[in-house]
Amino acid sequence: MSIAAQSEQFRYPYRHLLGIEGLSQADIYGLLAMAEHEIATVRPAGTKKDVLRGRTLINLFFEPSTRTQSSFELAGKRLSADVMNMAVSRSSMEKGETLIDTAITLNAMRPDIIVVRHHCAGAAQLLSQKVDCAVINAGDGIHEHPTQALLDALTVKRKKGRIAGLTIAICGDIMHSRVARSNIILFNTLGARVRVIAPSTLLPPNAEVLGVEVFNGMREGLQGADVVMMLRLQRERMISALIPSLREYFHLYGLNREKLGWAKPDAIIMHPGPINRGVEIESGLADDPRSVIREQVEMGVVVRMAVLQAVAQHLP
Amino acid sequence: MAEPQASPVHLLSGARILCPATGRDEIGDVLVENGVIADIGPGLERRQGAIPVLRCDGHLLIPGLIDMQVFTGEPGSEHRETLATASRAAAAGGVTTIICMPDTIPVIDDVAIVNFIERAARATAIVNIHPIAAATKRLEGKEMTEIALLKEAGAVAFSNGKTSIADARLMRLLLAYAKDQGALVIHATEDRDLARGGVMNEGNVSTRLGLPGVHSAAETIMVERDVRLAGLTGGRYHAATISCRASLEVIARAKAAGHAVTCGVSVNNLALSEEAIGSYRTYFKVKPPLRAEEDRRAMVTGIASGHIDVIVSNHDPQDVDVKRLPFEEAAYGAIGVETMLAAALELHHRGEIALAPLIAAMTANPARLLGLPGGRLAPGAPADFALVHLDAPWTVDAKRLHSKSKNTLFDEQTFRSRVLRTFVGGVCVYKDPEFHLAYAA
Repeated sequence: MSIAAQSEQFRYPYRHLLGIEGLSQADIYGLLAMAEHEIATVRPAGTKKDVLRGRTLINLFFEPSTRTQSSFELAGKRLSADVMNMAVSRSSMEKGETLIDTAITLNAMRPDIIVVRHHCAGAAQLLSQKVDCAVINAGDGIHEHPTQALLDALTVKRKKGRIAGLTIAICGDIMHSRVARSNIILFNTLGARVRVIAPSTLLPPNAEVLGVEVFNGMREGLQGADVVMMLRLQRERMISALIPSLREYFHLYGLNREKLGWAKPDAIIMHPGPINRGVEIESGLADDPRSVIREQVEMGVVVRMAVLQAVAQHLP
Repeated sequence: MAEPQASPVHLLSGARILCPATGRDEIGDVLVENGVIADIGPGLERRQGAIPVLRCDGHLLIPGLIDMQVFTGEPGSEHRETLATASRAAAAGGVTTIICMPDTIPVIDDVAIVNFIERAARATAIVNIHPIAAATKRLEGKEMTEIALLKEAGAVAFSNGKTSIADARLMRLLLAYAKDQGALVIHATEDRDLARGGVMNEGNVSTRLGLPGVHSAAETIMVERDVRLAGLTGGRYHAATISCRASLEVIARAKAAGHAVTCGVSVNNLALSEEAIGSYRTYFKVKPPLRAEEDRRAMVTGIASGHIDVIVSNHDPQDVDVKRLPFEEAAYGAIGVETMLAAALELHHRGEIALAPLIAAMTANPARLLGLPGGRLAPGAPADFALVHLDAPWTVDAKRLHSKSKNTLFDEQTFRSRVLRTFVGGVCVYKDPEFHLAYAA
């Protein structure tokens, strides 16, 4: 079936997108098809669909974000939605307004879709129980970041031609990474083999329960890897004393040419961004032809266009 | 015919009298005179004159429960729970003595506050209430309180409330000093540093939910420290609420070595495991946290074997505003004094534990530990008891619970057993609204 046909026929079965957990293979491939279809129709730039004309999209971000928020904003505007950005700083939260109160206030304005990012796991779900509109999780604590995983999957699929059977190595601060969690669930669902590479202090307890092979060293962990996904060292979420220094971290876990040589020769390099050059990844490598970091960003917009249209299927 | 509660002399007849303290389990009668059990046994009815007799139809009659860990909001947070409302919840749950915790505002760390509690309880509560006084001033874990004076004023034990004492030297001094006064030291066991940042049990569920967890080692390490200090000082020590197999093993070893060490468990850790949290349900956010099923089973085994001495409700009223938040930010705590007995009896109905050790852990054992006259059905004991229908299912409706706060773990759960009547000092303080019992002339 062509991408266009797959995209046309796909019915997303849920009102919200709160996580990758619970999505079937068919659901994920359907969303990827919708996204891939957008690439064909959106390039050349300048075209705009009006499937969300008259609809209101609110970006409700309790945590700062550059790329995700602007990616959703662009996606919404390309679909002709009215987009409103709400950046809720911690200080206004300190004034006593809770997540629920903010939700109730927004709900009264009758938005169609709320995209929410919050520092607590489960926040998107809590919000979805309190509002009448569709809710898309843009990151809830260390729990999930579903649109990131979808754009990562689309990037891999386009570069490698498939996902099933590939070996994906995710390296870095796994414990505090919602990107890692969502990717692990997604790539496992699609039949890839997932590994995590990190020092023990940056791994969640009982990591194997997530369905991954655990490595504490890059040399062993990158053996035979088709995809090398580097994670940002989550400095703002890190409780101190987890690693002794950035210098040692880069020495052991930072990606450079030598370490990349331990993976397959045609391995691709990914990173959800923003990159700490010289910490997770050697500066030169970020711009290497094997790096698909820029494609990830591009895929981000079309994936979010797909997700917005998917949940819009259930709007009144 | 006047209701038994109006008469100073009355009889309950034909009940299944279960008293683990005296080893009694038989069908019989209980004669109450002026707030005290005057006589007990089969065939008493024939020997009495014209006094009110309540027909108990073979239902279970047990000593009124003694709940050793109940937090109220009086003084300071009366909007959550007062002594009066807590007592009504207790009565509805067959609990005739509440032992209230010192985590109030102000803290119960001074004789004046102990006196306040006693007076307020006498004036407004319908069950017995005794305070546990703070072991350290303002519960700060730095300076000992006036153990002797507080004990004289009526404090039945000493605890640092919800906060563990991190300073081992202070704990040692406290245990030694309390020993001189014959006072019991109760301690919430959690290593503060190991527990930092965690909001639930560390394990598969916390990893899946993306929530920071506290490994049970944080509890066991503190139990180990305290037990060793208890051994070297000879002080009487009680680990307030253990929740895992590893902690139980430490307690069992200490008992075997002859140390004056005891422990309690929250009914929540007997009834539920961490799976109950489901999808970030904050009413299941409690301390100690709900643990893995393997630990829950170990706790039940501990009650059966007697290694765990006491079951408590860990009743902790919290209002909606502090619970209706993302899991990481929500307050800890669940109410439970009203449902403790019913939840505990479910274990019995499921075949996990016999009736006698279960009831002993809520009656005879706490009475013995605290030196209280209740917890037993025998001549001379206070007429504090509960009549229980073992097989009359009811479904918990949070809105209809008697606590001012409604943060229950058991909302919409169906329990098989229910309290029919609760008596304190021979007076009926609770009557089930649906079940009627017959009186005879």
